[in-house]
Amino acid sequence: MGLTLLGLLENGPRHGYDLKKAYDERFGHDRPVHYGQVYSTLSRLLRDGLVEVNGVEAGGGPDRKRYAITSSGVTDVHGWLTTPEKPELYLQNTLYTKVVLALLSGRVAAEVLDIQRAAHLRAMRELTQRKTNGDLADQLICDHALFHLEADLRWLQLTAARLDQLAKEISS
Amino acid sequence: MTAREHPTEQAADGPPLLEAQELRKSFGATPALDGASLRVRAGEVLAVMGPSGSGKSTLLHCLAGIMPPDSGRVLYQGAELSALPDGPRSELRRTEFGFVFQFGQLVPELTCLENVALPLRLGGMKRKEAERSATEWLERLEVADVAGKRPGEASGGQGQRVAVARAMVTTPKVIFADEPTGALDTLNGERVMQLLVGAAKDTNAAVVLVTHEPRVAAYSDREVVVRDGKSLEVELSR
Repeated sequence: MGLTLLGLLENGPRHGYDLKKAYDERFGHDRPVHYGQVYSTLSRLLRDGLVEVNGVEAGGGPDRKRYAITSSGVTDVHGWLTTPEKPELYLQNTLYTKVVLALLSGRVAAEVLDIQRAAHLRAMRELTQRKTNGDLADQLICDHALFHLEADLRWLQLTAARLDQLAKEISS
Repeated sequence: MTAREHPTEQAADGPPLLEAQELRKSFGATPALDGASLRVRAGEVLAVMGPSGSGKSTLLHCLAGIMPPDSGRVLYQGAELSALPDGPRSELRRTEFGFVFQFGQLVPELTCLENVALPLRLGGMKRKEAERSATEWLERLEVADVAGKRPGEASGGQGQRVAVARAMVTTPKVIFADEPTGALDTLNGERVMQLLVGAAKDTNAAVVLVTHEPRVAAYSDREVVVRDGKSLEVELSR
């Protein structure tokens, strides 16, 4: 949150309210950020010297302050953008656990996979609909989600094709 | 939540436009379909999914009247397709059905415009009129600029849009699409799906979409999975 606000301030100083609006428009999607969170983040950034108050309008109150990014703030944003996010390894897999438990208990494991596949495809369908009606920002956000769901679905299909083999290994 | 074979109920209202009942088909000793059933209504996009060799293309060929099943029935608008003689069945395929395949469906010697006009010309329409309709469909599929080119001179994505235009030019009631984006990159594949589904919805045509790609299947309204020649539909409570 802090680094995202700093990144938005790189384009020029803003009031807290404008910053919240810019954040919601670009990154909020279905979950707008609370004012309180923006102000508490800004006070932390101010304390740490990453932003400074660039002007105060008459009348007082927190929304009257205009914040600008400092050179330390720019350094932090640059460092963040050029550091890779840690790739998620997804090794803790509830679906795998369910499949194994279904096999161990003599249930129909294929049904566990089929039901999950249907749920995944339904979610993909909703995202595809939203993407088709949306702008480029919507398309990119939905595509990110769609690729992840697709990865799960491919795993479900692959596992369905290997159920007999897995059942043998588990029972041996 | 239930998983069941042989879906018999519609997910929404409306009589089925096309229906397969307990289809069985073998090639020699190898069974391809082993009791597959499905229904599709007008204006509905149905994805037929399943691994390679599961029987989904055979199911599509039986549904489209290209191949007769060994047993079971295909009903189109309530009439048994498999009982029709060859002539009327071919006529039905030409006038009521449209086809989009992965590749190799356009005539290489004809221009893209002539390819799209071809189904209308085969139906006896005059060249000028047929080419006017074909031009409209090429425009709608955003490939009017390749009208005068031969398919070999168009890109894969353009060629596939031309193929969709050709499938749509007779305003068919059912479009059969077998891996329609299989040879395309993600972005081109997405656009072809948007245009195909958009055109089908606009004309209230049903689409039977065979695919193993989840992102393509996500353009459907409903999906049926074919596994070992059997069809399976899962219903989820919301």
